[in-house]
Amino acid sequence: MTSSLFFNIATGAYFFAMVGYLAFLVAKSKETALAATVLSWLGFAANTAAIGLRWREAYALGFQQAPLSNLYESVVFFAWSILLIYLLFDLKYKHRAVGAFVLPFAFAGMIWAQWGLDATIAPLVPALQSNWLTYHVITCFIGYAAFAMACGVSIMYLIKVGKEEAASGNPVGGILGMFPSVKVLDDLNYKAIMIGFPMLTLGIITGAAWANYAWGTYWSWDPKETWSLIVWFIYAAFLHARFTRGWVGRRAAWLSITGFAATIFCYLGVNLLLSGLHSYGG
Amino acid sequence: MDKSVSHQTTRASRGGFIDSLWEGLCSLRLAIITLILLALTSIIGTVIEQGTTPEEMAEKLGWSLGLLKFLDASINAFDMYHSWWFLSLLGLFAVNLICCSIKRFPQVWRNVREPRLIADEGFFRSLGNSYEAALPKGRLDDVSEQAIGFLRSRFAAPVVTRQDGAVHLYAEKGAWSRFGVYVTHLSILIIFLGAMIGNIWGYKAYVNIVEGGTADHVMPRGGKEPIPLGFSVRCDNFEVEFYDGTRRPKEFTSDLAVLQHGGEVLKKRIEVNDPLNFDGITFYQSSYGPAGDATFRFRVRDRATGQTVEVSARQGEHVPLPGGYAFAVTNSTENYDKFGPAVQMHVITPDGRYGNPFIVMQNYPDFDAQRAGEQIFTLTGMDQRYYTGLQVAKDPGVWVVWLGCFLMVIGSFGAFFFSHRRLWLVIQAKGEGVGIRFGGSAHRNQPAFALNFDTLKKDLATALTDKNSQAKEASS
Ligand code: HEM
Repeated sequence: MTSSLFFNIATGAYFFAMVGYLAFLVAKSKETALAATVLSWLGFAANTAAIGLRWREAYALGFQQAPLSNLYESVVFFAWSILLIYLLFDLKYKHRAVGAFVLPFAFAGMIWAQWGLDATIAPLVPALQSNWLTYHVITCFIGYAAFAMACGVSIMYLIKVGKEEAASGNPVGGILGMFPSVKVLDDLNYKAIMIGFPMLTLGIITGAAWANYAWGTYWSWDPKETWSLIVWFIYAAFLHARFTRGWVGRRAAWLSITGFAATIFCYLGVNLLLSGLHSYGG
Repeated sequence: MDKSVSHQTTRASRGGFIDSLWEGLCSLRLAIITLILLALTSIIGTVIEQGTTPEEMAEKLGWSLGLLKFLDASINAFDMYHSWWFLSLLGLFAVNLICCSIKRFPQVWRNVREPRLIADEGFFRSLGNSYEAALPKGRLDDVSEQAIGFLRSRFAAPVVTRQDGAVHLYAEKGAWSRFGVYVTHLSILIIFLGAMIGNIWGYKAYVNIVEGGTADHVMPRGGKEPIPLGFSVRCDNFEVEFYDGTRRPKEFTSDLAVLQHGGEVLKKRIEVNDPLNFDGITFYQSSYGPAGDATFRFRVRDRATGQTVEVSARQGEHVPLPGGYAFAVTNSTENYDKFGPAVQMHVITPDGRYGNPFIVMQNYPDFDAQRAGEQIFTLTGMDQRYYTGLQVAKDPGVWVVWLGCFLMVIGSFGAFFFSHRRLWLVIQAKGEGVGIRFGGSAHRNQPAFALNFDTLKKDLATALTDKNSQAKEASS
């Protein structure tokens, strides 16, 4: 029983769950959606087990570190967080069509990690050995995952809103008929960001606390820090947009998608394209 | 709502530049635009490496020097987070926040401190959640008591107002959550304040101290005048530990002592992530390096005579041996291919010829005997003095920043996950019995409140009907 076996199971389960949700949109059968949700839970359980096993494997090698120490581990944790947020929303609201737009993010992460990333367990350099790292990564990734959810829902909103307006009040049929109404989508977008925003706030604060502890300055405007602030500004704009006429609906959905694009850049683009204190794999 | 409308009209009728400026500075639209501008402009500083020069960047990345120089001169792109325009944008943001809060806060304060205790029919109609019922057999006082008891046990103790023969109950929960937004906004200003304090009264510097050495000045970044510490710091010992078989440092530590007024006042072993604090100044372990050449100690036995000498050598130095021979160490490592400390060296014969280089390892004292040389070398020790590289930071504003962060977390959790929920209940005589009107609202998360209200209203109806039908039956 190794962690990689469970990571493979999780990847497979997310793939079939994703296909299941898409099939549900076409076939409109409740059972398909239920099957996809069961698969999501299975994948989530396997993902959880895999992360736990990997933690033990690192300890067995003598590294006292949480499994959040390199890009591979952070990507599979990201997928785990996305499922966590999605399944919480599913328990509460049961809008299954949303799965078709959220599971692909988790699946893409897993498949990239399995095929494209180095899965060896390596020790952390001294600057990264800290509990603050664990708190920082967990809060940030739960935030990122909530933003992934908000982005998926916003895409659905933008796909649906034009059709719904054209139908002038009549219910939209076909695949779009399976989507929740635009009002519900807009609300889900807001709810997801309401979870993501305070989490990102905590993530930035724990990151600052960690930097202060390790380097003596809580803020040094390095690219990673700055991008997390950019993401934070965008979602702050989103939250305030709800109180201002003319900035809701489509614009809010676009802000949410832009926010997630910036999130992904903050997470990956900064490490791959820009240099800084934070680059993983040092 | 209507209050703020009349407020605006009086302002508008007075007109004037000041008033429209005030309205602009209070507006949320400005907040959104500023936030987006901050997000967009911040990107510049992540693409252009801060603290470098146009020349360095043009050379490293092959970008147009002309363009980079232009960006440097026009928008201070190489230190943009301290440029006048970026700081002005942050200033505008802060002013916007202050004005907006000044304008809105009194209204919220009044709403919370002087809640509407008496709800009329129109107000009930404006509530999203309301319910009406008649109890043909109830008595006003009984029903009021029961309703008060119900609210107290199921929601919160109500304020009771009797007016025009009716009993008005008002109960609320989570009123404080209305202040969550204001706490969040205030926290941003507090963080700004902390950052300003740090910028004005703090510094960031570094100092390298050789083992055994002492420092009482540190060099600020950007290389201006050295800053006196007001005390001195001595490095008693430095150690570095590597991951097995690699040169990747696992841990490095310095034993530091703080000296003041001629005496030792504090001793601490610091490592990465575990700094020394003294007098508001923090010393962080950040780097290390060799101080001067290492010294190697050897025992050298002459193979022919069996005579043994103890010598020490520095790297590159020609060290004489008995019989006209000499040797020199050319290279050294603390860990040679997992075999531990080792040196590379060669012998110089009496006639001045250089022998082939060979390797001597500290952990294998007999190894060199296998080399068919005139001498047998045993490495008995290796002394390398190090300097410890310390980052020195003084930031008297950091606690203000943490206070701000704490308030931000508290405030935003309050703002997002709690809501101000209010219930109004009116009981008045209606024919033989009483009529009740029940309504409620929440300032956010209305769907959850609606569910809650639904259960409450059903339970209230059952409780009142049960009690009042029994009471009448018992008395008749
Ligand atoms: C990055 C900076 C800011 C943060 C993190 C922030 C945070 C928040 C949060 C969390 C809320 C509650 C949102 C909600 O209920 O959905 C809020 C609401 C609000 N913010 Fe900000 N804010 C910021 C900047 C500003 C600025 C510059 C203004 C200036 C006008 C402003 C004005 C308001 C107003 C008027 C509300 C609505 C309050 C209400 O009626 O409930 N905010 N803000």
